[in-house]
Amino acid sequence: MKELTISLVGSAGEGLDSIGSLFSTVLAEHKYALFSWKEYESRVRGGFNSYHLKISSQPQNYPREQSDLLLALNPEAQDKYTSLLKPSGLLIGPKENSRFQSLVLSFKDLAKKELGNSLYANAIALGFLTGILKLKLELLLEALQKKFATKSLAIINNNLEGARLGYGQALDSSLNLTLPPSGEHNYFFTTGHPATALGAARAGCHFMAAYPMTPSTGLITYLSQKQEELKVFTLQAEDEIAAINLALGASFAGVRSMTATSGGGFALMVESISLAGMTETPVVIVLAQRPGPATGLPTRTAQGDLLFAIFAGHGEFPKVVFAPSDPEELYLKTIKAFNLAYKYQLPAIILTDQFLADSNFSYWDFNWEGETPQFFRANPSEFKEYKRYQFTPSGISPRLCPGQSVHLVGADSDEHDEWGHITEELDKVAKPMLEKRLNKLKELQKEIAPPLEVDIADSKYIFISFGSTKESVLAAQKHLRTKGEKVGVIHFSELWPLPSYSFPQNALLITVENNATAQLAKLLNLGYSLNLKHSILKYNGLPLTPEEIGRKFDEIQNQI
Amino acid sequence: MKSKTKFSNNVPSQWCPGCPNHLILKALQNGLEELELTPQEVCLVSGIGQAAKLPHYLKGNFFNGLHGRALPVATGIKLANPKLKVIVTTGDGDCYGEGGNHFLHTLRRNPDITLLVHNNSIYALTKGQASPTTPKGEKRALNPRGVEDEPLNPLALALIQGTGFVARCSALEIEHLKEVIKEAINYPGLAYVDILQPCISWLKPSLETLKKETFFLSHDPQDFEQALKIALDPAQKWGLGIIYKNPWPKPVLGEGFYQHFSLEQLTHLPPLDLTIAQNLLKAH
Repeated sequence: MKELTISLVGSAGEGLDSIGSLFSTVLAEHKYALFSWKEYESRVRGGFNSYHLKISSQPQNYPREQSDLLLALNPEAQDKYTSLLKPSGLLIGPKENSRFQSLVLSFKDLAKKELGNSLYANAIALGFLTGILKLKLELLLEALQKKFATKSLAIINNNLEGARLGYGQALDSSLNLTLPPSGEHNYFFTTGHPATALGAARAGCHFMAAYPMTPSTGLITYLSQKQEELKVFTLQAEDEIAAINLALGASFAGVRSMTATSGGGFALMVESISLAGMTETPVVIVLAQRPGPATGLPTRTAQGDLLFAIFAGHGEFPKVVFAPSDPEELYLKTIKAFNLAYKYQLPAIILTDQFLADSNFSYWDFNWEGETPQFFRANPSEFKEYKRYQFTPSGISPRLCPGQSVHLVGADSDEHDEWGHITEELDKVAKPMLEKRLNKLKELQKEIAPPLEVDIADSKYIFISFGSTKESVLAAQKHLRTKGEKVGVIHFSELWPLPSYSFPQNALLITVENNATAQLAKLLNLGYSLNLKHSILKYNGLPLTPEEIGRKFDEIQNQI
Repeated sequence: MKSKTKFSNNVPSQWCPGCPNHLILKALQNGLEELELTPQEVCLVSGIGQAAKLPHYLKGNFFNGLHGRALPVATGIKLANPKLKVIVTTGDGDCYGEGGNHFLHTLRRNPDITLLVHNNSIYALTKGQASPTTPKGEKRALNPRGVEDEPLNPLALALIQGTGFVARCSALEIEHLKEVIKEAINYPGLAYVDILQPCISWLKPSLETLKKETFFLSHDPQDFEQALKIALDPAQKWGLGIIYKNPWPKPVLGEGFYQHFSLEQLTHLPPLDLTIAQNLLKAH
């Protein structure tokens, strides 16, 4: 067996996250690679949540459609999610089910009966998982002790007792599940937000303002919690408009700054993105996508804001839009986004989504030095008279900050002259100033990386994708190749300005997107004069799996 | 008062000839000079409107941003570099209307900045519409039967939200205005000055009203209860002076962070060390 998939299902407040993260620790200690993703309702208690783990010897960072083991914490969740179980799968839950190999077990009842409190159901479930997979109980007990170190002795002991109890139940059940062979490394796991946060701090960011909005909130939360190490000043703003304007003020004054939000908050920021473009104030904006329109599905995933991000802002001005594919790319592209934002003095947008923000990816290591921080502040002693918006051949005016030298620095949202003062001189000042800003695109475009190409030379079909769908697309492509289908992949992580690139002529191009209107296809048709007609789209709020891509590929093949 | 100071520049004004905005500018320029500040130490921040053009006419650093958004920009600048004297020049439409939410939360947040609101109770640049401080019943461009909304009481709002320095001035009393501005700039924390300013094009409030009705307050500005009474009393709506000055200024925004890390500016911090990034991620 190359991989084993487990789904934990229950309700908000039942602790699926804690079970998942503690169990991940145990698996890491056994040198397994792990991928986990979750879907949950927008509520604090109740409803239905699921947490999916995929265990393998090597990192395989993409979701599966069905699981080998479904562990349900309550009967309603068991009913709702039974369809996620493979026909050969094993069902553990409080209700009978004759369709699957199953064990009727209510962790809550057991916890109440044996430990006097149903709260310890999680510890029992963890023990059960550890037992059924023949993993070392001691490693679980250590993880529990660490997690509850600050709690009372009674709480610690009950958790340990619960784990032992669950472990015993698993051994007594004589049920059997086989794990893949363990890997060679102690892998580490990370979700998207810490990688973005560390990329930002590595790039020299020391200021972030944001308004809480799922699924972006984890980013400022991580920066706040790691303030001691990262020294990033974080501020919770009254709204997203304030958040981006706070970041612009700090950036103008000389601190690398960022903000983060999701669709609705991004909509509020749009006027200020235009302000960043006009005042040439660098800023990095992380847009963690969720399905819209309006409030949409707050806790689900989508790639539906691609065109909105690229065309965000009234008027015409250059910006950068990246769509990193995984945490490693989030780290690297965040550094690059800061470098480009500050070199070209413009807004840079990093597209991520709920799937990338919340899923745990396994790594042996990052390409830590793939991008390094670069700084572009001008030297004040070079100027006799300083002009913030000096006309230059590249369009990049030397950037100084207020209060750092004898030179005065002005910025204006009105069309302005070289000093930043309001102008109504149309042909002499306003027009060349607009051209100055747009001129920056020429050099900027050369810095944008072309897409990743996989097996395109002999391909009859090519999947074109962007952002967080990458690993699922690659897994689908690999699988199709094993079936003899000549399929390749072109994957974009840097989307605007569009890089110089020539698409293969003789393959059928199919975009694969987590949205309903094939926005990537539209963008590429516009930017490269293509005529893309085929897309594999998913827009129900859940991430794409290789299985679905494979099925939809078959459908496209049958149509043509 | 001097008409030429080290804060004068040669940028031609777009204000109406004779507009009291010129007087506010003069009071600010003279105040800054008397405080012995340099243009390099000063950063003016504004949004949109006639008052928001002021930063262009004063020699200093400036950020003239979007309508209503001066306060968050100013707060960001001050947090990045506390050595800058950050002054917001804004109007009643910009600050109380479009930027009302930022006004409210800046009062709570207490950044160490100075907020000067040119309050003429009218939208002058867009040709005579009511503003949040237009008195009820007044006929304005879009209110042929008179304004129906209650006017905002920004001074009372500032007081009940704990603002440490709250003042009302008149653009026509520029010596007094200059002195209050100086005290506001020196106050540690948010210092807010509402400046009554007649609009000479739309004649509201009229020059005559302001000349006739204003008077100087004589209460103890450290007395909060008295200050609140004045702010709420319609009979004292033309009273000028420092309405409240908290003698025990509260900690300013960012102070805790700066003290904890013994910082002078955020602007001089190096990027995160690579090994720290590696350790944090692997520990995650």
